[in-house]
Amino acid sequence: MTIEFEAPKPIVQQQVMLKTVAENMMRSVSREFDENEHSIPWDYVEFMHTAMKAAGGGGGLTVTEEKPKEGAEKRPPIGYQKLATQIEMLSWGDVGMYLITPGGGLGAAAVAAAGSPEQKAKFLERFNGDKPTYAAMCMTEPGAGSDTSSIRTRAVLDEATKEWIINGEKIFVTGGDKSFTEYEKLGKGFIVVWASIDPSAGRSGMRAFVIESGTPGVKINKLEHKMGIRVSDTAAISLVDVRVPFENVLGKPTVEKTNTGFKGAMATFDATRPLVAASGIGVARAALEFLKEKLEENGVKIRYGLPRQKLTNIEREVIDMEIMVKSAWLMVLKAVWMADNKKPNALESSMCKVKAGDVTTKVTQKAVEILGPLGYSRELLLEKWFRDAKITDIYEGTGQINRLVVARQILGYTGAELR
Amino acid sequence: MYSFEPNEEQQMLVDAVGKYAANDLRPAAHDAEEGREFPKKLVSKGWELGLLQASVPESYGGFGDRSAVTGALAVEEMAFGDLAGALSVMAPSLFATPILIGGSEEQKQQYLPKIVCGEWAPYTAALMEMSFDFDAHSLKTTAKADGEQYVLNGEKIFVPFAKDAEAMVVYANFNGVTQGFIVAKGSTGLVVSEEREKLMGLNALPMYRVKLENVTASRLGGASGHDFELILAAMRIASAAAAVGVAKSSFEYAKNYAKERDAFGVKIAQKQAVAFMLAEMRTEIEAMRLLTWEAAWKLDNQKEDFCIDAYLAFTGSADMAMMVTDRGVQIYGGHGYIRENPVELLMRNGRGFPMLLGLAIV
Repeated sequence: MTIEFEAPKPIVQQQVMLKTVAENMMRSVSREFDENEHSIPWDYVEFMHTAMKAAGGGGGLTVTEEKPKEGAEKRPPIGYQKLATQIEMLSWGDVGMYLITPGGGLGAAAVAAAGSPEQKAKFLERFNGDKPTYAAMCMTEPGAGSDTSSIRTRAVLDEATKEWIINGEKIFVTGGDKSFTEYEKLGKGFIVVWASIDPSAGRSGMRAFVIESGTPGVKINKLEHKMGIRVSDTAAISLVDVRVPFENVLGKPTVEKTNTGFKGAMATFDATRPLVAASGIGVARAALEFLKEKLEENGVKIRYGLPRQKLTNIEREVIDMEIMVKSAWLMVLKAVWMADNKKPNALESSMCKVKAGDVTTKVTQKAVEILGPLGYSRELLLEKWFRDAKITDIYEGTGQINRLVVARQILGYTGAELR
Repeated sequence: MYSFEPNEEQQMLVDAVGKYAANDLRPAAHDAEEGREFPKKLVSKGWELGLLQASVPESYGGFGDRSAVTGALAVEEMAFGDLAGALSVMAPSLFATPILIGGSEEQKQQYLPKIVCGEWAPYTAALMEMSFDFDAHSLKTTAKADGEQYVLNGEKIFVPFAKDAEAMVVYANFNGVTQGFIVAKGSTGLVVSEEREKLMGLNALPMYRVKLENVTASRLGGASGHDFELILAAMRIASAAAAVGVAKSSFEYAKNYAKERDAFGVKIAQKQAVAFMLAEMRTEIEAMRLLTWEAAWKLDNQKEDFCIDAYLAFTGSADMAMMVTDRGVQIYGGHGYIRENPVELLMRNGRGFPMLLGLAIV
């Protein structure tokens, strides 16, 4: 091993292509789809599906590995690094649109993490189909956010029919509509619903269930109206006596003391937190670049290298913002590099999420402030990025829950020791 | 490739320096500060670790090649032990590294083998000047050409070991550009103050004021000079790495204390108010460590923006060190304010980074 910061060639090439997509297919319509919440930018969706399929990504943004050429030296894996840089660049284009990039998303991630080989074959094949296809994860409930162990949704096995009967309510389901509602232009998706099969067992009684789109008893009650990422649908879903085939449960169907079903979900977060952080940093970078561009247009140059005492306030702010964005991005890179190299990264993954949540929020806030009316006006995109950015510090665990995770890691405390 | 793990050789060095820092520097830090002197024996022991020797090529008496990344790793570990101790041990680099970077072949031959092969000896550099907005790019000390030699005039502050220094690099304004000049011991017109500098921290590092009145010197790199940006970036990276080390030290003390100290029937680390502070300290240390590594890597590989990145790492790490060492004291509460507790010294040392430049170089 060594310490090195040279972007691998495949990543450099990919970024050039994605930047074009970000500029021409995302930013060009950012405003339109922000104003018309929940309408679907089909051009982008269909283009990305085709492009990702052609690139061997299975029709979604996933971890891919190059097959080494015959006789070539085996290179270290960079699948997560590629994915994080893709997400950063797409989010630089438009974070809401990145979120509706077709593919299995968190739903498929749950199947990939906790499913059997048969389940993976059955549920994951579809993303490689002709039409863009979505899957969503249903975890949060009106009364349970990051405290996922207090989930109330129940799954009961009907011994007679060998079906699970699921009842409950889920909210904040990213992509829930596109995953469950049947659209002509979309393939048949699914949602993954977390429910308890044994409330007395606490966390070890939690299981994830794959529910196919169109299953009776599932109702999309509403799509939330949000501050930002408005092109991405966020669904509230009710489940009333929903019947699901026995084999759609991910993990063991019975509760044992040593069961680690829930840990599977948490392990998914270790893998996805750096990706959410990467997305946030894409927005922050967009805002910072825009700010510097506007300042330069107005004759304000940033004089790097001067002592603080000689800098103007604007220069100090911009320099601090650059320090924040650069260092947060390096933390993401380290976390995904660890994932690629199979090093445990629970600490690094939560730390980079904490940092990115702070940085993204702060940088977009400051950029709006410094540009004054230009920052607040809907004529420009900066105000939108400010609204979009805030979600980074909330979803996939708020900054606070991630601080708790970091603190437990560094102090060696259990959840009981540090509540 | 991206990669975030020191290589085997670097790891061995980090381990060796880390051991010295934890077992030798740390226990000595408090008494050294109060007694205004670092034990010579410890300085010699640190010198024997061979940080500078390993960055000088064999042809000049060393056994390796200079790498800012390796340097940053070592400085962080060293500063984790004690900042004044670390700067004492590494003082000869202040003279040798600029020569390595910008010196002429003749200068390298003349000085490097002597420094590298021998015992620790006082060599130093003079960069800072007494001005609230001190800027390495617009020095008040001047250099004028006089035949093949140069004549220096001005006043320098915070010059480590100046009193006994065998030789020093003095940075001066030469036709509007900062350049380093080699000044020999006892040069006519070179006046080193009798009194040592008295600062908020770093009292174990003997620092002096140096006056230059028509001092004759030779220019680093000879008539064609050298690229000062390379030297400045190496100084900034060293400072950033030291800031990370000092912050890490305060964080470790505070973390351990918080796990020991009882309040309301639990350890204070079990209170989120304290636990969150520690989580943020650890996160910011990691952020600035990586930024410093990247700047060092860019310097080593001569990437276009290495200057800016070294500046950002320097600026960011200095802020981080202040935040972290302040919280270190805060977590100790009243005990943190007492000089017996190491976090107190770490906070005073942590404050210095934005204004102290040129006390270390990688």
